[in-house]
Amino acid sequence: MYDFDFERPTTIQDAVEALKAEEAIAFSGGQTLMPTMKQRLAMPSKVVSLTAIDEMKGVRLDGTSLWIGGATTHATVKRELAESYPAMSSLAGRIGDPSVRSRGTIGGSVANNDPSACYPAGTLASKGVIVTDRREIPADEFFQGMFMTALEEGEIVTAVKMQVPERAHYAKFIQPASRFPLTAVYVAKFDDGVRVAVTGASEMGVFRWTEAEEALSSGFDAGAIDGLATPDGADMISDLHGSGDYRAHLVKVMTKRAVAAA
Amino acid sequence: MPKDGGIGTSPKRREDVRFLSGTGRYTDDINLHGQAYAVFVRSDVAHGRLNGIDTEAAADMPGVIRIFTARDFEGCGGVPCGWQITSRDGNVMQEPKHPILAEGKVRHVGDPIAVVVAETLAQARDAAEAVMPDIEDLPAIVDMKAALADDAPKVHDELSSNLCYDWGFVEENREAVDRAIKEAAHVTTLELVNNRMIANPMEPRVAVGDYAAHSDESTLYTTSQNPHVIRLLMGAFVLNIPEHKLRVVAPDVGGGFGTKIFHYAEEAFCTFAAKQLRRPVKWTSTRSEAFMSDAHGRDHVTKIELALDEDNNFTALRTDTHANMGAYLSTFAPSVPTWLHGTLMAGNYKTPLVYVNVKAVFTNTVPVDAYRGAGRPEATYQLERIVDKAARELGVDPIALRRQNFITEFPYQTPVAVQYDTGDYHATMDKLLDIADHAGFEARAEESRKKGKLRGFGISHYIEACGIAPSNLVGQLGARAGLYESATVRVNATGSISVMTGSHSHGQGHETTFAQVIAEMIGIDADQVDIVHGDTARTPMGMGTYGSRSIAVGGSAMVRAAEKVINKAKKIAAHLMEASEGDIELKDGQFTVAGTDKSVAWGDVTLAAYVPHNYPLEEIEPGLEETAFYDPANFTYPSGGYGCEVEVDSETGLVEVVGFAAADDFGNVINPMIVEGQVHGGLAQGIGQALWENCAYDADGQLLSASYMDYAMPRSTDLPMFKVDHSCVTPCTHNPLGVKGCGEAGAIGSPPAVVNAVLDALNRGGIAVDHIDMPLSPARVWAAMQGAGANLGAAQPAARSEDTAGGRSVGTP
Ligand SMILES: Cc1cc2nc3c(=O)[nH]c(=O)nc-3n(C[C@H](O)[C@H](O)[C@H](O)COP(=O)(O)OP(=O)(O)OC[C@H]3O[C@@H](n4cnc5c(N)ncnc54)[C@H](O)[C@@H]3O)c2cc1C
Repeated sequence: MYDFDFERPTTIQDAVEALKAEEAIAFSGGQTLMPTMKQRLAMPSKVVSLTAIDEMKGVRLDGTSLWIGGATTHATVKRELAESYPAMSSLAGRIGDPSVRSRGTIGGSVANNDPSACYPAGTLASKGVIVTDRREIPADEFFQGMFMTALEEGEIVTAVKMQVPERAHYAKFIQPASRFPLTAVYVAKFDDGVRVAVTGASEMGVFRWTEAEEALSSGFDAGAIDGLATPDGADMISDLHGSGDYRAHLVKVMTKRAVAAA
Repeated sequence: MPKDGGIGTSPKRREDVRFLSGTGRYTDDINLHGQAYAVFVRSDVAHGRLNGIDTEAAADMPGVIRIFTARDFEGCGGVPCGWQITSRDGNVMQEPKHPILAEGKVRHVGDPIAVVVAETLAQARDAAEAVMPDIEDLPAIVDMKAALADDAPKVHDELSSNLCYDWGFVEENREAVDRAIKEAAHVTTLELVNNRMIANPMEPRVAVGDYAAHSDESTLYTTSQNPHVIRLLMGAFVLNIPEHKLRVVAPDVGGGFGTKIFHYAEEAFCTFAAKQLRRPVKWTSTRSEAFMSDAHGRDHVTKIELALDEDNNFTALRTDTHANMGAYLSTFAPSVPTWLHGTLMAGNYKTPLVYVNVKAVFTNTVPVDAYRGAGRPEATYQLERIVDKAARELGVDPIALRRQNFITEFPYQTPVAVQYDTGDYHATMDKLLDIADHAGFEARAEESRKKGKLRGFGISHYIEACGIAPSNLVGQLGARAGLYESATVRVNATGSISVMTGSHSHGQGHETTFAQVIAEMIGIDADQVDIVHGDTARTPMGMGTYGSRSIAVGGSAMVRAAEKVINKAKKIAAHLMEASEGDIELKDGQFTVAGTDKSVAWGDVTLAAYVPHNYPLEEIEPGLEETAFYDPANFTYPSGGYGCEVEVDSETGLVEVVGFAAADDFGNVINPMIVEGQVHGGLAQGIGQALWENCAYDADGQLLSASYMDYAMPRSTDLPMFKVDHSCVTPCTHNPLGVKGCGEAGAIGSPPAVVNAVLDALNRGGIAVDHIDMPLSPARVWAAMQGAGANLGAAQPAARSEDTAGGRSVGTP
């Protein structure tokens, strides 16, 4: 690790101020950032921890409107949503291992937008809105490709809002080494339609599989997926663990499984 | 015999108390006064000309003590190779120099170029980033067959080609084998890859060098499986330090699996630099460094042909293997694909004719050497796959085909030099089918079918050679070392015992099992016996631990030394009881005189040995301490039957191991619990190789699986509860304990069982697939189910052959 200054503000406002320093970086659970820094792949001048900001923590449910503080850990989400939104609780509970879940946060996950991360799929499918220190951004506009988001320099994800669907399930097929999704699909059924968000598969990061959404909106049944063409493997990630064609195939299989289990 | 301490009992491992409570003393726990820190600058390209190294900026950075490059090692030797192979044409292998730091060229990603030594680790790291090697990229060669093409770039310019050796075994059988294959009623052919492994011991490698100016003595603390071997190789061949001025200590070692056998440049560096700088120098490998600097394992590509007569008897076997050596010859690398592999190609079968051809090839990859099983897993994998394939082609039961060809009479002289002393392969097969509940398989398969899963049962029956081995034989085979083992049994005045063994425990539990043997022999509590290992200053010259040799060779040396002690103690006891020596018996820690009620306790005799007031001084010396060196007459031959049951998800290709049973014949067993643990660990690694682990390079020689993000390790939740049995016992006939060794069996026998099980599942499900290369990742299984060629998906620098492996890609799934 290179040397850096460290700050741990207690309000969002102070954090925003602290992040104005050149080469300053937000630090939440550190589960992505810490390994990067240890490998000397990141060289921040200042690390601003978000872990002492109470207004960024917790899970609140108002009818079907869900608010999750940006600095809320996966373990907390898992616990708090076990009854009220089991699919999201299950997503959080399958991230990494207990130590990752005790530190890693939803804000860090969506801000990082790893093409294989779980929360971007869950958020996108759950009509998510990303709340920052300065605005609210619908998930459909927030996730802009591999590791790319709508966030501006120094902008902090303070919360993630979602709608709890009628039925939902997250079908995760893991990459054998990292145990991140090789391909995972989050299906959420609302009264006005179905959302299908896919992670791990596309070169463009998390995406909504619109053909599946249409098919499922007219009949929420796994069989509805059978008739669909498999997405084009040429647009999919191809690496050591699976070809683009394999991932495209998994998109279909995992969508069916998510629907069947929702 | 103490009820819970002798041979055949399972006391808990005494070493675990310190391992589990954080009080172990590993090399990284050793911090010497005034210690400086070394950080290696490594090549990030696979092949390049090193035109210069700019160290100026780095040298001026804070805390930097000195920066070393190849020039500093001009008076030293390179890292030596401990085994010389002779090619079919009578020439000895090509043996390039392996410099401590790169000279003129870099030859693999991770090849060390320079070392920064600084006051702190952080300073050394900072400065290492400022060292600027001037590297001119050269085309890299990673594919073995491509490496043998006439116009291939050469890894070593001074060699005639990238071929290290071309070994034929048994050369005199070659023509007869060719003829038998031509005349056979049936020939089954298979080309397969034994995927490259990274050992990944939990503890990464560490070296601490120290130099005492007052006595001109160097000490190296290192993560080694064999400190005496390191002392010999490093002292005599690299640094020119005579052994009496060099001490090598390998304290607690957190797993070796072979990769800590070898002498590494970092060890020589720290020892050398400590003397140059007159202060201790420490290097601790990062996990990322381990991936590109620990010797890798396996990486063979083989075409195997099995000939059968019209009654399905095996008549001949022929193999053609390309074995990857990597960029340099690691310590025992040349022996692995040859003597540790070719000699096992008879397996459990009475195939009369066997011919093995191995071409060892240099490539721009990390050196490859022994990894748990070393050569024997490669042999077993080929054999147990080809037999299964033959059974499928002939429409016969794979178990029956094996049984029909089993060797049943012992000793058995194989056509590949070795002679098996004992074994009972039908017994282990019977036991396996029993504990695996083979009879209930169809019912379970039906249950799986209802869930929409394909269930399969795969079998493998292995032989291995352990306890390497007679020194005179291995000498003839090219070993540059003897392979005996040593022990000193030191009895203290009050009767407790310290055993100094040349074996080394890096997880095996010697401190428990070796003590059990001594406790049994003398009849005292095991807690009266301490096992000392891992320090050349405290133990007699021994060859260390690998190849499941500890109990078979090291244990035998200890037994021999203990026998000498007991014989002498009996003389003393005879004197004390005024009886004749021949009448003295030792039991339960008491010496008695046959036919009388006279007795004297062990402690009284040992005290007399050191306080020799009433003592036969004119006949024997005082004291009670003996040393023995044991050189075995033969290898030992553990064998066993392994059965794997899998469920395959036909939609995704995901394989789940739902059952695994192992019936081993290890000869006599000292501590059944520890043996079971060894088998469990071996199975995890073998199943890991079959399903998950894979070291992959891209075509430019970049390591793709360079961290745990891409290198998949087996985890406990991936594995079923194992059923392990070792009640089939045919004791080894030529060592005093009748033991065979158990450390590698699990890793040897399991990969083909897993692959056979997956293929069984697919074929039962009506999907005709005759081979998938390891690891059987979901992507590969799925691709095979879609009709992709057998070898599609070997993300492996691999030999290509026109016929079967044309579709293999390098670096893609
Ligand atoms: C072993 C392991 C397994 C894992 N498995 C999975 C898995 O299966 N699925 C999965 O989805 N993830 C997985 N992860 C990643 C994990 O979920 C991380 O916690 C998460 O991706 C990042 O969250 P964090 O709070 O740790 O963020 P950090 O590591 O602290 O930050 C990550 C990045 O986001 C920025 N950032 C952090 N918080 C904010 C914020 N509030 N506003 C703006 N920017 C911010 C940081 O500056 C940094 O660039 C795994 C991680 C590990 C170590």
